[in-house]
This record gives sequence, structure tokens and C-alpha cells, in this order.
Amino acid sequence: MTVDELLRDAVPGLGNGPGYNYAFLDELSKRELRRKTLKAVSIPGHQVPFGSREMPLARGWGTGGLQLSLSLVGPGDTYKAIDQGADASVNAVNMRSLVSRMAEVETTLDARDATIVQTRHRIPEEPLRGDQILVFQVPIPEPLERVEPRISRARRMHAERDYSKMWLFLYESVAKHGEVTVGARYPVVVNGSYLMDPSPIPRWDVPKLHHAPNLALFGAGREKRIYAVPPHTSVEPLEFEDYRFRVESFPRGAHCRRCGSDDTFLDELTDERSGETYFTCSDTSFCDRRLEERR
Amino acid sequence: MNGMVLQVEGLTKLYGRGCGRCVASTGPGPADNTCPHCGTVVACAGVSFEVGPGEVLGVVGESGSGKSTVAACLSFDTEPSSGAARFARFGGRDIFAADAAERRRLRDFDIGIVYQTPQQGLDLDVTAGGNVAERLLAAEWRHIGGMRDRASQLLSRAEIPVSRMDEAPRHFSGGMRQRVQLARALANRPALLILDEPTTGLDVSVQARILDLIRDIQRETGVATVVISHDLGVVRLLTERALVMRHGRVVEAGLTDQILEDPQHPYTQLLVNSAV
Repeated sequence: MTVDELLRDAVPGLGNGPGYNYAFLDELSKRELRRKTLKAVSIPGHQVPFGSREMPLARGWGTGGLQLSLSLVGPGDTYKAIDQGADASVNAVNMRSLVSRMAEVETTLDARDATIVQTRHRIPEEPLRGDQILVFQVPIPEPLERVEPRISRARRMHAERDYSKMWLFLYESVAKHGEVTVGARYPVVVNGSYLMDPSPIPRWDVPKLHHAPNLALFGAGREKRIYAVPPHTSVEPLEFEDYRFRVESFPRGAHCRRCGSDDTFLDELTDERSGETYFTCSDTSFCDRRLEERR
Repeated sequence: MNGMVLQVEGLTKLYGRGCGRCVASTGPGPADNTCPHCGTVVACAGVSFEVGPGEVLGVVGESGSGKSTVAACLSFDTEPSSGAARFARFGGRDIFAADAAERRRLRDFDIGIVYQTPQQGLDLDVTAGGNVAERLLAAEWRHIGGMRDRASQLLSRAEIPVSRMDEAPRHFSGGMRQRVQLARALANRPALLILDEPTTGLDVSVQARILDLIRDIQRETGVATVVISHDLGVVRLLTERALVMRHGRVVEAGLTDQILEDPQHPYTQLLVNSAV
């Protein structure tokens, strides 16, 4: 018995129609999500609480991003899901199959063809356009969580734009290690106002958010928060005048073993047989395309 | 403001619901600070004083006399029940009427405070330099080299070896922690410095060094200072004028020497006579 049949049997009186609403969520839930999204877009970088619904996957596994995607999709949309750059990872594959079945939308691996790109911890190498939406799965929406465990205090600090504790965190990093050691989740200021956690994307991806033509939405299902960076909005990483923000650098000569790229974000891997270190593109579909172009 | 830095008027703080008779039925007369009608604690009532530029004012009294409440109100750690504190750097306006953003500005730039316990004023796990730099960061310094220069200047003035600047105050002695607090409080050149029992709990030789340091820095910077202490020695050494508080009221005020040599109020007499 398939899941569809089970669902159909579970809801009597639905006849031959599917036992779930279009795009899984009921219309009122989608409406709430859209209203909260509008609010988030209106106040760039501000975390808007929302009633995170029970989803058919565990909280902390991308329910925030999934709910956002499901509230956005409609017939005619094309959906892409990536997990740390890969379309083929279990999380991405399951997201894609769930969304395509529940909302009957096309799916794609090519970032250029997608209208909605849902991502865990990466931004595609291909620059996105204004008619595309990037949806992030966010584990911890509060950037001040690193320096202030009390949410009530953190909210007050946001209200007063009092980010000296975050700056102090970066100062301490320089004082102890000689450089800012924050890798993923690099704190950024959106629209010159709120401090925002860009989700655990590498520093490499942070500049792509700055004045991007596409809308970026962030959903934290477990923490029940939505926030957004509207198109063409400034996103500036915190940096000191004498210790500038830098993206990751790779060893000299490092390049993707598959496609040969040296201008993409690379994953460092170890060959299990020979024990030697090699690199591959983190964005797998971008890598595939380059490989094809080279042939 | 008549050239004054700070004018406090009728500062009152009640803990409890209050019944309208609280202030009248407490104080030195009834020799209690708990209202007999409603049980409200009158921590301080009707406290008024002013501090001029470069002046050091002492507030003395036994524990429970309300002196720390005065300090807590002036540093926004508690909200006073009534009263005003007009502050020259705040355009002569009442700082208790300031909104949240103005209060933060005042605390970051204009009012420095040194607490009795270093863990109140410092983050013991952040480096000494970082504790000072936090004030500078709040004042929008964004150059690490510049901040480290300023922090090491302040710390070495407070007799903390610069080599220990990148160590956490958790590994410092009590005296050193107080000196880090002092460096931090002075980071943004405040107009008012509040010292709440700055040497209590330290041994006598360390106390003496810190008091010397406070006196020297105070003279160099000319910062108006309020010293809260139960220790008459501290008040004698640091201050020109002093208030004596008991049961939440000011019972005597005047020149420090005069109060100590010729106390008028019976409680002050007792206090002076019982000094070790």
C-alpha cells in the first residue's frame, strides 16, 4: 500500500481525491506563513515568530525551509533542493520528492531553471535572478545566541541595536587567535539595522547575499522564526577596520578533481585508498555542468 | 545646573506595594526602614545631593542604610520610585526620565561604575583587554589596533601589566579585578564615576594601593565621583564632602573633615567612635 492510498483511506468522504491539502499544509497555515513572510520582508533581518507546524520530518531537519517552500509553491513553479551544495544528499532528495508529490511541481537540479531553491548551508555558485527565491533551512535563527543565552535580553539588544557583545566576541577571537575565527554563521548586518544569522553558510557565500537581486527567506522550524533579506538589500558582515572580513581561502593550486574549477567553494576530501587529500566542488550540479561544458 | 555635574533630588526607592504612609513612618525616628502598616521596605527616601566638576562626594552608612540603592539607581540597575537626577552631560535633564536608548548611551559614555563585586562589573571569562574594549566597542570603535592601544594604556594606568591584557580576570586576584573594573569604567572618559564599595573585601595593603590609584586618576581626569562606602577610612582619604545615611535617610551632610572630627548626629558619632 502506498502512502497516497493510506492517506486516502484515513480521511473518509474524500472520495478519490488525495487525503491531504495541496502542498501538504492547510490553507490557513499557508496564509499565516505568507503573512509572516510579508512581515519579515518588510523588516529586513528581523526575526518574526510563526506557528511552526508538525511536518512529516523531524524538527531540526529543515522543517522551517520546507514550510516556507510549501507556502510559496504553486502550479508552474520549479523546485530545487540542495543540502550543503549537493542535490543528491538524502535530505535534499526527500525534500524534492515530498514537495513534488504534495504540490505537483516540476523539480530540477539546475539552479538556473528553478523558481524556488531550498537550501541547507550553501548558496548555489550560479548567481540567482530577481524571479527566483532562495529559501534557507536555519538551525539557530538568533545571531546573539553565541553571546547572550537569554532570549529576552537578546531581543532587547536587537531593539536597541546594541551589538557590542557580538563585536566583543569577534574582538576576543582576534585577541586570542590573531584573526576572526568564525567560519559558518558569520554575523551580518542587514539593511544597516538588524544583526542577522545567515544560517551556517560558509563565509564564501556571505557576499552573495549583499544586494542580491533575488529574495532570500530564512525559516527555522524548530525555533519557530522566519526572517528575510529582500532583493537589493545590503548585507554587511561585521568587520574591523584593521581586520577585514575574508572568505575562505584554499591551498595554492587547489581545484575540483572532477571539473577542474578553482573559483568555486571546494570540499576537502581524503582518498581512502591512497590517503591523499583532494578537492571537489561543493555545488554538485554546477560541477556537473562545468564538466559537460569541458567535454 | 549652577555648574554642577549631578543634582539628585528627593531620590526614593520603595520595595513593596507602598501605602502612602511608608515614608512618614520609617527613617531614623522610628529607627526602622520597614513600613509598619504595609511591610514595604523604604530603601532610601528623600536623598538629595549634588556633585561638582572634579569633586568627590562620599556616602557612608552601615549596611542596609540605602547607600548602595542610591548607586544602583544612578547606574540604572534599579528604577527609583520617585526623585530626579539632573545630569549636566544629559543637558541638565533628569536621567530617570531617559528612554532605553538614552540610558544605554549614558551608561556607555557618561557614567562609569565600579561595583563591589567584580563579577557584577566584568565578564570574568572575557580577557581584561576585552572587558575594556567592550566599552569602546559600545562607543563604536572599530579598529582593533586602536582599541588595544587605548585598553593597554588604561590597564597600565590601573597598574595591570600589559602582558596580562589577554588573560581573563578569572585568573586575577581580587585587587587586580577591581583595577580592571576601574580601567573599564574610565574607558570612554565619563563625566561621572560611581564607586560602590570599591575596596570592600580586599586586604588592607591592596586597599591602600587601589585608593591611591583612584585618588590619582580622579585628580588627573577631574571626573566627578561618588564614593559609596561603609568604611570611614575610605571616605576620609578620598572625599571632600560626605553624606551619612541611616535607615534610608541622609542624617548628616557636610565637609568630610568636619563630619569626622565633629560629628553632630548621634549615629555619626557612634560610627566615628566605632571605627577601628
